[in-house]
Amino acid sequence: MEINKVNAINVKNVTKIYKTSNAETRALKNANLTIFDNEFFTLLGPSGCGKTTLLRLIAGFEDITEGSINLFDEEIVNLPPNKRSVNTVFQQYALFPHLDVFENVAFGLRRLNKDKNFVKKRTLEVLELVQMQDYGKRKPNQLSGGQQQRVALARALAPSPKVLLLDEPLSALDLKLRQAMRYELKTLQRETGITFVFVTHDQEEALTMSDRIAVINEGEIQQIGEPEEIYESPNNKFVANFIGEANLLTGICEKNGENGLCKLDAGQEVPMFIPNHIHKGETVTIFIRPERIKIKKSDKEKSYCTISQFTYLGNAASILLNSNTKSINVNLPIEDVKNFKKGDFVEVVFPSNSAQIID
Amino acid sequence: MNIQGENKTQNRILSLLPLWIVIGIFMIGPLLVMATVSLMESNVYGGVHFKFSLSGYQQILFDTNLFDEIEFNPAYIIIIARSFVLALAATFLSLLIGFPAAYYISRQSNRVKNILIFLVTIPFWTNLLIRTFAWIIILGKGGVIESSFNFLGLLDKESSLNLMYTNTAILIGLVYSYLPLMVLPIYASLEKMDVRLLEAATDLYSSRIELIRKIIFPLSMPGIIGGSILVFVPCLGAFIAPDLLGGGKKLLLGSLIQFQFSYARNWPFGAAMAMFLLALVILILIFNAKLNRRHRKYEAQR
Amino acid sequence: MKPKDKKTKFRYVWNFPGFGGWTAIFFGFLYIPIFVLVCYSFNSSKFAMIWTGFSFRWYTKLFSNDDIQSATINSLIIAFSAAPLATIIATFSALAIVRGGEFRSRELSNGLITLPLMVPEIVTAVATLIFFASLGINFGLMNVIIAHTVFCIPFAYMPIKAALEAMDPNLELAARDLYSDKPSTFRTITLPLLTPGIISGFMLAFVISIDDFIITLMVAGGGSTTLPVYIYSMVKMGVSPEVNAVSSLMLVFSIFIVTLYWIFNRKINN
Repeated sequence: MEINKVNAINVKNVTKIYKTSNAETRALKNANLTIFDNEFFTLLGPSGCGKTTLLRLIAGFEDITEGSINLFDEEIVNLPPNKRSVNTVFQQYALFPHLDVFENVAFGLRRLNKDKNFVKKRTLEVLELVQMQDYGKRKPNQLSGGQQQRVALARALAPSPKVLLLDEPLSALDLKLRQAMRYELKTLQRETGITFVFVTHDQEEALTMSDRIAVINEGEIQQIGEPEEIYESPNNKFVANFIGEANLLTGICEKNGENGLCKLDAGQEVPMFIPNHIHKGETVTIFIRPERIKIKKSDKEKSYCTISQFTYLGNAASILLNSNTKSINVNLPIEDVKNFKKGDFVEVVFPSNSAQIID
Repeated sequence: MNIQGENKTQNRILSLLPLWIVIGIFMIGPLLVMATVSLMESNVYGGVHFKFSLSGYQQILFDTNLFDEIEFNPAYIIIIARSFVLALAATFLSLLIGFPAAYYISRQSNRVKNILIFLVTIPFWTNLLIRTFAWIIILGKGGVIESSFNFLGLLDKESSLNLMYTNTAILIGLVYSYLPLMVLPIYASLEKMDVRLLEAATDLYSSRIELIRKIIFPLSMPGIIGGSILVFVPCLGAFIAPDLLGGGKKLLLGSLIQFQFSYARNWPFGAAMAMFLLALVILILIFNAKLNRRHRKYEAQR
Repeated sequence: MKPKDKKTKFRYVWNFPGFGGWTAIFFGFLYIPIFVLVCYSFNSSKFAMIWTGFSFRWYTKLFSNDDIQSATINSLIIAFSAAPLATIIATFSALAIVRGGEFRSRELSNGLITLPLMVPEIVTAVATLIFFASLGINFGLMNVIIAHTVFCIPFAYMPIKAALEAMDPNLELAARDLYSDKPSTFRTITLPLLTPGIISGFMLAFVISIDDFIITLMVAGGGSTTLPVYIYSMVKMGVSPEVNAVSSLMLVFSIFIVTLYWIFNRKINN
């Protein structure tokens, strides 16, 4: 998918502080980010990290403490929600219980004083888009969770917003439906070409759907990048641990540069790339995904690790290695596992570009 | 949630103004005026004499005799004591009657539960005067009980059981009036209780009696305390039951106060008694609030 | 299920023997007096306590009793004035207290609303009597309407507050998000969703006002006798079958409204 680099949303130095009578919470600390037009952009982070706060600030549901937000180069922080051409899909959908599906979807168009015929045409069009055209007369409580989800989507899409904000819209669905809806959402975004800003705490959701992801923790943006970039080269320990499984090992730099060498705590020396600003003798943290590590048998005298646990995963097996300081997680394809058994003495092999030094 | 640039304060004040005015003038106002009247001298024609005096309060304990001497008069202390004893007894009886019912209701299916609880609340919304009056038909001379005794030959036609105008009659009336108020909070706390706790306790060798003593009773304590206060407080100031079933002979605090305004026309004394009752109730409510706070702290620590 | 030859029947641990029977007695205690009263209202005898036969005569007699009719009209005028007033005040208070966020006078306002429930009714009654008398406020029925409005407020408030608390605040935000300004959000979302709560509040306030006795007894002057006060004066003169009839009608009326309220609420919750 091609993204023409027009700024849809520009978040500049945004800080949000919640004040209650006896405490202050900094929900967002000096956040900066740019979301491009036509992009599927995800705000990812654990609960309470500030991702929903950022979304609500864009929607206009919270007053901003500091900073500015631009929507297509127009400053919007001083506009009430009804004057912003962004629409929200709420976490629990927030469908109006007293209105039927058609009226829910037509709600925004009616408030915009659109022509009656247009309202009807547009509402039916959007309902068709989410395959809910046969349910116009139903009340929200007569719909299943997945159907409510579609209506919520249709309702937010009907006024053709410049940006669609989605606050964990899949979290209320069961696993099967959630996976199906992921694909549908992504297709919908491509077909409509509307910029989606998607909030989730589910890393799998983020990785599969997004064009770009911003990882947020404790009110601060940790890393912004494409899914692959975030997964393969996390900026810091938080991102590494939050997305996928990670081994974070400590070691001492023996030699820096392209053909660097690092001595692991376990005692073994492994060749890897070490950036030049790290000097010999410095302690470093090495990040490597469990599926990237290979192991090979070694002698008892030379050995640094023993296999302490096998866990069968179906298509793969997870192996726990015990070294003298830390345990190491390794995922091996099922056919490679046959060569090893519990108690074997092994050493680890880091294929090139699989391990990296991390802050 | 606070939408950018929208001021809620002004709306809030406008919305609350009617409440503040109505309750402020017509609820707090009367209480303040009553407090003032309780500190004045009575006027023989009813109403008050605008002169500061503690005689209203003094009268609760002392009487002025023919020689203008002040002497101790236990009459009102007896009434207060009777009110206390009857209110306590009514509370205890309500608990005894209400607890098993509340428990039984709480263990029914949702549908049955809703219907039964509705049946418990209905009497609360019907006229207390009429419900109490119905007991006259039951307890009175030649009423339901006496005529059934006649029919069974346990009582001859001329004599009477004299059930009416007794403390027992008042007690029955009080329990009957406020029983739903005991059941509802107990039900609310029992309904939250997880049945698996009882299964776990039984699994750990508890007998049924021990289940009640060690699990059900402690867990429904907030409901029991809440219900007891809801029953005790209105019993203390009850007017209808002592008036109709006690025949106005066995005065309680509530009927005594009413009497001062309807017949005796001693306003300062009546106001003083009302202030005394109000103070008692406030003390009970403060005590309850303290208990609740302790309980909430305990819950929070868990 | 246990096999038949076993002597002890299976019983769930939470099922206590005897509690069911006890509950039946409990409901009997609650309802038998009401039942007896209604039965005796159909007694043809002139003496309320002695049963001689079935008759509607006391009901027909009610309709020719001017005092009962004027008392009924008074009761209705008072309830139809006090209940709406209380409901309006309660609605605005609930909106401010539930949706107004955190503010300083919130606790105070909460306390003010529950005050009429805390103060013993007899105390409220005599305090209001003294208040009106000492300030020389004497507007007949108006006095009673004011007093009723005050203590109906907490009853109207309870269901309205519950309805507001049950309403997802995101609904209002969603409306704002969909280009609805403040007044139109109130009109199209808040008010329609709150209406069942407001109706419930009104019904409860109405029943409370119609049934009130003690406060009315103390506050009402000669011309503003209500039905309960009239019944009281009749009872004081001696139990008559006519009292049974009018009391039964009142009971049935209250039960009817409360049942209506209950069914109405269940419909909403489903």
